[in-house]
Amino acid sequence: MKQYETVIGLEVHVELATKTKIFCGCSTAFGGAENSHTCPVCTGMPGSLPVLNKKVVEYAVAVGLATNCTITQNCKFDRKNYFYPDNPQNYQISQLYLPICRNGGIEIETEEGGKKTVGIHEIHMEEDAGKLVHDEYGENSLVDFNRSGVPLIEIVSEPDMRSAEEVIAYLEKLRLIIQYLGASDCKLQEGSMRADVNLSIREVGTEEFGTRTEMKNLNSFKAIARAIEGERERQIDLLEAGEKVVQETRRWDDAKEYSYAMRSKEDAQDYRYFPEPDLVPVIISDEWLKEIKERQPELRTEKLERYKREFQIPDYDAGIITSNKHLADIFEETTAICNNPKKVSNWLMVETMRLLKEHEMEVEEIKFSPENLAKLIKLTDENQINSSVAKEVFEKIFDEDIDPEQYVEENGLRTVSDDGALRSTIEKVIAENPKSVEDYKSGKKKAIGFLVGQTMKAMQGKADPGMVNKILTELLQ
Amino acid sequence: MSLLNLTAVELGKKIKASEVSVTEAAMAAFEEIEKKEEKVNSFVTVEKEKALKRAEEVQKGIADGIYTGPLAGVPVAVKDNMCTEGTLTTCSSKILSNFVPTYSSEAVLNLLDAGAVIVGKTNMDEFAMGSTTETSYYGATKNPWNTEHVPGGSSGGSCAAVAAEECFYALGSDTGGSIRQPSSFCGVTGLKPTYGTVSRYGLIAYGSSLDQIGPVAKDVTDCATILEIIASYDKKDSTSVKREDYDFTSALTDDVKGLKIGIPRDYFGEGLDAEVKEKVLAAAKVLEDKGAAVEEFDLSLVEYAIPAYYVIACAEASSNLARFDGVKYGYRTEDYQGLHNMYKKSRSEGFGAEVKRRIMLGSFVLSSGYYDAYYLKALRTKALIKQAFDKAFEKYDVILGPAAPTTAPKLGESLDDPIQMYLGDIYTISANLAGLPGISVPCGLDKNGLPVGLQLIGNCFEEKKIIRAAYAYEQTREFTHSPLTE
Repeated sequence: MKQYETVIGLEVHVELATKTKIFCGCSTAFGGAENSHTCPVCTGMPGSLPVLNKKVVEYAVAVGLATNCTITQNCKFDRKNYFYPDNPQNYQISQLYLPICRNGGIEIETEEGGKKTVGIHEIHMEEDAGKLVHDEYGENSLVDFNRSGVPLIEIVSEPDMRSAEEVIAYLEKLRLIIQYLGASDCKLQEGSMRADVNLSIREVGTEEFGTRTEMKNLNSFKAIARAIEGERERQIDLLEAGEKVVQETRRWDDAKEYSYAMRSKEDAQDYRYFPEPDLVPVIISDEWLKEIKERQPELRTEKLERYKREFQIPDYDAGIITSNKHLADIFEETTAICNNPKKVSNWLMVETMRLLKEHEMEVEEIKFSPENLAKLIKLTDENQINSSVAKEVFEKIFDEDIDPEQYVEENGLRTVSDDGALRSTIEKVIAENPKSVEDYKSGKKKAIGFLVGQTMKAMQGKADPGMVNKILTELLQ
Repeated sequence: MSLLNLTAVELGKKIKASEVSVTEAAMAAFEEIEKKEEKVNSFVTVEKEKALKRAEEVQKGIADGIYTGPLAGVPVAVKDNMCTEGTLTTCSSKILSNFVPTYSSEAVLNLLDAGAVIVGKTNMDEFAMGSTTETSYYGATKNPWNTEHVPGGSSGGSCAAVAAEECFYALGSDTGGSIRQPSSFCGVTGLKPTYGTVSRYGLIAYGSSLDQIGPVAKDVTDCATILEIIASYDKKDSTSVKREDYDFTSALTDDVKGLKIGIPRDYFGEGLDAEVKEKVLAAAKVLEDKGAAVEEFDLSLVEYAIPAYYVIACAEASSNLARFDGVKYGYRTEDYQGLHNMYKKSRSEGFGAEVKRRIMLGSFVLSSGYYDAYYLKALRTKALIKQAFDKAFEKYDVILGPAAPTTAPKLGESLDDPIQMYLGDIYTISANLAGLPGISVPCGLDKNGLPVGLQLIGNCFEEKKIIRAAYAYEQTREFTHSPLTE
């Protein structure tokens, strides 16, 4: 069989984190009763007119700057005309002729450990559509316009990726950049980040691109990887059988691991794009651009370097913590309170990661407050609780975000540091376990472990193990 | 003499002086409407009950000092393409025959803030597409001067209602001459302001980059007064302009000394009716006699205005009218199989022939492969036309010409030959393409007793100059009422 190379380009839609919609003052909040976040503008009522939300421009520019794009300082909106009931005006306000960002790119790490730049052809701003709700009998469809007019940016890459791994690396990098900018939460499952995959194959060594297909309905990184594999194989099978790849849009069914043709190029619609006459050109002045640049937050690479420098935490830990904006935020906020970066890092790296895995949760779902983690660290620093109690309390913090001081108090978990009380318990344990005492005295030093355990049990775990050890050794002399 | 013989400003004064109550004024309008509607058909919707209730509120508001403006309490009619909260707004189309908006257009809100009493919604060409008001789903409006003739269009209902004295003034909209041409045909005064002066929010769009709302009235004083009320900067309309000055009535001075008036030779060539030419040039002579400097010049590019206009307006319309699909509001066909069939049948049954023609024309010029050849070329032509006007305004304060090549044609003569109808827009559409203000003032009657309109075009934001010239001219002519008002 011939050797084939996969050529992939992505169109990524990202819902921006603005409070209000792109062309009206309605809320962008997810959920809410059907059509409760709507007005004449986002439901396409006659005579209504769009007014651009400036925050959308600022987010788009911020993403463009972070992905090394050239900003179009005089950009325009265009109308994309097509009929569909979720599209209330039967045209979408988008950008074709003068998109806001062009000619950028981001660096990714390849499987071989090398670096490679994936080009960004353009980023444009547009409005999202509403949602169709079908009844259970398949007879009627209703429209919910809550999502209609939610701002999107579409990031169109160059066909620079060659494998599913590169695609995932690109998407993860892009997602991290956008999350760091605060421009979007980029949740694939909730649809705030959506990727369409353009894929073609060609024989290794050829210059010319093969015929590409566009794959839609990819709701997770895993689905994207499977869809790429599936489509690559499908196209190879076609070519090997002497058939041709048809340029078309396909819908991936992740459950069946198969894609279905949605529409071919022949019946592709003519969108009759033309400049949106209801909006004036968007002029991004030098001053405005400068303001946005100055407001750009610290991105991951800078943060990573700073963590190593400022907090002296290991490269590996800094890498994990900065790999997610939410995690980095928790780290910094907790450290700001307790001033103990190493311990904060440990709690995040060990216990937090363990619990996330155990609960099959995403980092974004962490809901405990930095204040409570900081209080817990303070309790352990002051030896008010021992490490096993601390772990137990942390689980409570992780699950319910409880106040550890109050919890320790209410449940009587404070370490007993009263020397007298501890001494009498140990004396009792020694008296009750003559066999172990004898073993210890005859040289089986390990036997002390059993006695420590018995003491901890008698103290309901509230003793400081170091102190128990010390007193036991002393009494056994 | 009927109360309706008064101008809007005259009535406003009487209301302020408590000589006439707001209710009396409204009742007088409804009496006229009831008497004349059968002959004229100016209105799609007349809202007597609502208006009389509003009249009482306004009367109280005047007493309480809430409404202090010159037109407080004066009855007005609004073209049916401007949204009015709680009142049917149809664009004279079957497809919106059941549409009641939940919001009012900004221009209407401005009227209400000034204490206006809206008596009803006026008839128009369907979606403002036409020059005769014959394409209305609600039947043609007739010209009050001779009901066998059209009133012009598309604001034919507004102009006929004012000419027939069914109301004191009206709002119209002008995309290619839709205020000025019917004003000319109906012997009333109509003004299209500079693009961006009156908010388009709530105006159901035809050609978004060309549409402007403006006043239709009995005289220039009313026009200037109404414009002061409806003009405003509106954040809800991105194309709205924050003007330096919203004063128009200070231009109502009978003084044109030193005003430089240019007459484009291009506007007086082939196709212009001899009587219209004579009346318009006579009006120019009047202004010259009053001290204006009048001079002929070549404007150029006039022959390209019509094709450029129809390409741009139809392109925008094809997209603007896409939302009327039977899904969310408006007419939906009775029987259908699936989504596409519903779209197709609702739109086929809901739109009239002229609207369909323009949607098809607009879709064609935007389609892939034709965009550059038609749409882009039309945009370039538009820019060149604007340049030609810029050049003219370096030399002249006002450009003078006819509003239409002829007086009002007979009913039924225009629709069979749409190209001929489109050519009738030749003197008005350039002002829309270049965003300029223009006014049409009656300047006499032809031998059949039909009015002729004088058009004065000004530079952007220079409404005052055309108001000044129009007002000075107006002082020399006898005010004539249409036969229907006698």
